[in-house]
Amino acid sequence: MTRTLRQIAVPVGAMVVFLLLWELLVWANGWPNFVMASPSDLPPAYARYWELFLTGGWQTLWRTVVGLLIAVVFGTLLGMVMGFSRLAREALYPLLVGFNAIPKATVVPIFALLFVGQHDFNTVMLAFIISFFPIAVSVSIGLSTLEPEYRDILRALGASQATIFWKIALPKTLPEFFGALKVAVTLAFIGTNLMEIVSPHGRGLGALFDSGRTNADYPLMFAVLIALAVLGIALFYVVVALEKIFAGWAERAPN
Amino acid sequence: MSLPISLDHVTHAYRTQAGPLPVLDDLTLDMPEGSFTAVVGPSGCGKSTLTRLVAGLMKPDEGVVKLGGKPVTGPRSTVGMAFQNPVLLEWRTILQNVMLPLEIVSTGMNKSQREDRARELLALVGLEGFEDKRPSELSGGMRQRASLCRSIVHRPEVLILDEPFGALDAFTREDLWLTMHELRRAERFTCVLITHDLRESVFLSDHTVVFSARPARAQRIVEIDLGPNRGLEDLYAPRAVELLALLRREIQIAQGREVETPAPAPTPVPGVADRPVEDVAATARDPSTERPR
Repeated sequence: MTRTLRQIAVPVGAMVVFLLLWELLVWANGWPNFVMASPSDLPPAYARYWELFLTGGWQTLWRTVVGLLIAVVFGTLLGMVMGFSRLAREALYPLLVGFNAIPKATVVPIFALLFVGQHDFNTVMLAFIISFFPIAVSVSIGLSTLEPEYRDILRALGASQATIFWKIALPKTLPEFFGALKVAVTLAFIGTNLMEIVSPHGRGLGALFDSGRTNADYPLMFAVLIALAVLGIALFYVVVALEKIFAGWAERAPN
Repeated sequence: MSLPISLDHVTHAYRTQAGPLPVLDDLTLDMPEGSFTAVVGPSGCGKSTLTRLVAGLMKPDEGVVKLGGKPVTGPRSTVGMAFQNPVLLEWRTILQNVMLPLEIVSTGMNKSQREDRARELLALVGLEGFEDKRPSELSGGMRQRASLCRSIVHRPEVLILDEPFGALDAFTREDLWLTMHELRRAERFTCVLITHDLRESVFLSDHTVVFSARPARAQRIVEIDLGPNRGLEDLYAPRAVELLALLRREIQIAQGREVETPAPAPTPVPGVADRPVEDVAATARDPSTERPR
């Protein structure tokens, strides 16, 4: 009871402290709204546009989640190929790193031109493209660093490669996979919003942010940022919950 | 059930960038059904290669490895293996870890029979009450006990042990030696034990094979005629000390060192008698004595 209370109270307390410091900073510097909004400006913004926040938030959320799911499937498959085949690893690593080094903002116009008007598709694609890299890398490292003895205890019994993968390699890689998924969650949000903000006639919270910018409505812009942060945190904790279920064994008991 | 193991003129080399590296050279060995063979030799002389060949994880370049008279062509379910690293699966309980081979090998046992079999073995090695613990909750010696259970749970005909006690402290190691004798009384298998510990080979084996430096041949096979019921105190009896001295000399020959005159028989006073034995183990393990190649 006290432990769960603590688990909730500590992060919430930290957030309250953060908001207070932010308020204090704006107040102490005497910054007007058009330089930087303060937390106390946000409730009016939410109250005024709550309907837009709900629809925009939903659009951003589902497209991020779909992009992330594709990234999980593709990243895991790619990681498997790279983890099991040295040749694939040598061939794909430079390509992947090069691709990952490209600023994704430059990919937005390419996608927008390739698939004109397919806004949902483009957004999902960008969320996927930006977030599969850590998953692929972690799965490939997890599989390629599997100690040979782990393989041998089953191989010596005549087990097939598939059996070894399901019984040993996959579960053993899960902690690394979830570590990467936590990074991928936040990256996917960046991808979604990049497309929503940069491409014209966008949807979702990114578009709401953009309209705040064109109207110089600074409290709205900051309100969108906070809403995004909340969505990101929510999705992150979904991943944490999944990790507890599927890879909870990797966690050591606290001393 | 157990099967005899035989190696017939086995030669093997690893392909490295610097060219072929011969590890086994015309090795011929016979391990009778139900026997316990220890293999000792200088570091890197090809002992582990032998285990992989017997397990069917590798094929020899030349020669034949046979189990029960039939050539080994690949992995088979009648083999059990345990390594220096217990390689327990962290996401499974101890009981589930021990049951792992039964999920691969078809034994005709149903779920509860498999569980009974695993529990029976865990009780035999003194892990009763730890069935539902995770490996990370157990000590190194307990993990190795669980690993031994896993290696024989499917009643293998051949048991391959690749330095399973090498990473344990001296007292835990002696405890596990006793456990090994108990397992041998309860189960039937032909066992190959790779070790660096001459005392271990004398305490556990029926015969000890001394490998020469790489590429390995069977330099000498020493019958360990200490009888089936051995206690730790028997290691300090004159015959055991004699065998240890003999093995030590053979290891020194294998390392290409000058052979000393045989050490005088130690006085049978406890605490004094164990000195030369310690020296033997230390010499065998000291990496600086490896022959450069």
